[in-house]
Amino acid sequence: MILQYATPVALAATGETIGQKSGVIYIGLEGSMLAGAFFAMLAAQSTGSPWIGLVAGITAGMLLALLFGWFTIRRGIDQVVVGTAINLLALGVTGTIYRTQFGNSGTLLSVAKLPPVFGKIDAVEILLLLSAIGLTWVLQKSSLGLALRATGEYPKAAEAAGFSVARLRFIGVACSGIFAGLAGAYLSLGISGSFAENMTAGRGFVAIAMVTFGRWKPMWVLAAALLIGFAESLQFTLQAAGVQAPYQLLIALPYLVALTVLVVVGRGTVAPAALAEPYVK
Amino acid sequence: MNGFLRFGLLLAGLIVVLLLTLAAFQLPIVDSVKLIFDGAFSDKFAWSRSAVKMTPLLLTGLGMVIAWRAGVYNIGGEGQFVVGAIFGAAVGKGLIGANAAAIPGGSLLVLVVCAIGGALWAWIAGWLYVRRGVEVVISTILLNFIAIQLLGFAVSGPLQEQKRQVPQTDLLPESLMLARFDRQTDVHLGTVLALVMAVVLTIFLYRTVAGYRLRLVGDNPKVARVNYIDPGRVQLSAMALSGAMCGLAGGVEYLGLVGQLGTTFPQQWGFLGIPVALLGGLNPMLTAGAAFFFGALFAGTENLARFTPAGTTIVYVIQATAVLAYVGLNGLRKARPKPEEESASTPS
Repeated sequence: MILQYATPVALAATGETIGQKSGVIYIGLEGSMLAGAFFAMLAAQSTGSPWIGLVAGITAGMLLALLFGWFTIRRGIDQVVVGTAINLLALGVTGTIYRTQFGNSGTLLSVAKLPPVFGKIDAVEILLLLSAIGLTWVLQKSSLGLALRATGEYPKAAEAAGFSVARLRFIGVACSGIFAGLAGAYLSLGISGSFAENMTAGRGFVAIAMVTFGRWKPMWVLAAALLIGFAESLQFTLQAAGVQAPYQLLIALPYLVALTVLVVVGRGTVAPAALAEPYVK
Repeated sequence: MNGFLRFGLLLAGLIVVLLLTLAAFQLPIVDSVKLIFDGAFSDKFAWSRSAVKMTPLLLTGLGMVIAWRAGVYNIGGEGQFVVGAIFGAAVGKGLIGANAAAIPGGSLLVLVVCAIGGALWAWIAGWLYVRRGVEVVISTILLNFIAIQLLGFAVSGPLQEQKRQVPQTDLLPESLMLARFDRQTDVHLGTVLALVMAVVLTIFLYRTVAGYRLRLVGDNPKVARVNYIDPGRVQLSAMALSGAMCGLAGGVEYLGLVGQLGTTFPQQWGFLGIPVALLGGLNPMLTAGAAFFFGALFAGTENLARFTPAGTTIVYVIQATAVLAYVGLNGLRKARPKPEEESASTPS
């Protein structure tokens, strides 16, 4: 239950961590998730296979991230501006195709959901745990991880060491998009088996917040996302038990903690130093 | 001046994007344009709907102009909009309770408090940026979430209606609401207020020393520093002003249109102000033009939705495409060497 609530946010946050480590804050995460959710559902519905749907969702999320990369990395346009536009684009395109294809009468679409692998755990959830562990290793121990981190900390040094900042940042932002697409696909195929307009409902932004809360460390980010999942599922448990609690404050707690940390320590040394700064050779 | 030219280019560009979007979704272009035009301008009801949609877009858009012009990329307009309205609703509840609804200036008091609420919320992000080096993008995303949860808490706790059934505040009495010009339509004094604000902001930015300093800090903080202007202080004030404008937008929506807060109160106006300000070239008067265009487009596409499956979602596509085209072309222009700089032939 908790894992199911947490998985989409955790996946997207994991991808966003890679992107931010390379110095790109991908505000379009929400858009990639939404596109992932929609195109996964569309592909699964027309082919009947949730696996093809998953691939379609990942592709959609990645393409949107690459479009973002073209504007921000190649053209050096501000990441906040382009990210905002990407979110609107995804919201508009998925909403419009959904309405013109399936009508806005609210017909409930249903597609085959992902089958579980062990007990109640499905393949995507296993992938999430593996990728958080694998990513920690890649970022900390591998030469690619080192180059990626250097790009986010001090791009000039990375460039001087013979790496292409643009290519590394493209890798970073593509990973953000891939994970966000998967997260969205999981939302439509793994959890609900359907699609609704704007079904991501801000989860992409939650994921960006969780990267900050997890202090840019994949395992911590995963833990932060699980905490959010726990807080959200607790809300329903409390309501079902008839407990009168201001659960909104409970949900706000992780954001408040993240904000307090920022107030006390500032951006600190953990945040990539060149985050959101365009690199011009 | 070339303001007219820029406005014309903006409008032409937006119309081209509208037509392309309709074509991309295989909608019948002529019929769709007619439906949109009817929905936005056919009679006084349509005009009223356009104006009502324009109002929050313009106010949040102006809020974005102030902060972005100072080089602080505030994307917390949504949170500032919501917190402003919560502050206003607290005063509103007090006024209802004290039976002081008949006091003249009651609505003015609420609006001022809304602006203060928004300013405080933005100030947190500004302080984190200036004093702690925290990216405004990150802090405002966090603050937006806290604001939404705060709203949920407020309307189901301290500010909930007296019947305590639905998570919403009590409806404000007519005497506290902003005046309407016509009993049949929704256009209210807030629309005029928004337009006045656009003029005030133009004067502030281009005719006062403080406005000049603000623009200088945004354009080149180093030059500002050399001239004994502290960029941090200016940016902090700009954030607070920006938040005040977004808080005011929340107040105007509260007092002008809905009259009560519920969990459906946030309608993304804080986010939608960003593309409006960007397409307005971060200039207050052009932002007013962009806000009117998109306000009319929202009203028009609502009409479109009545007769075709497509609807308001195409507005988002148009906003996104227009912003990308705009920054893409401006980026190209900047990358080019000097001679091309002068020619104004690049459409927006």
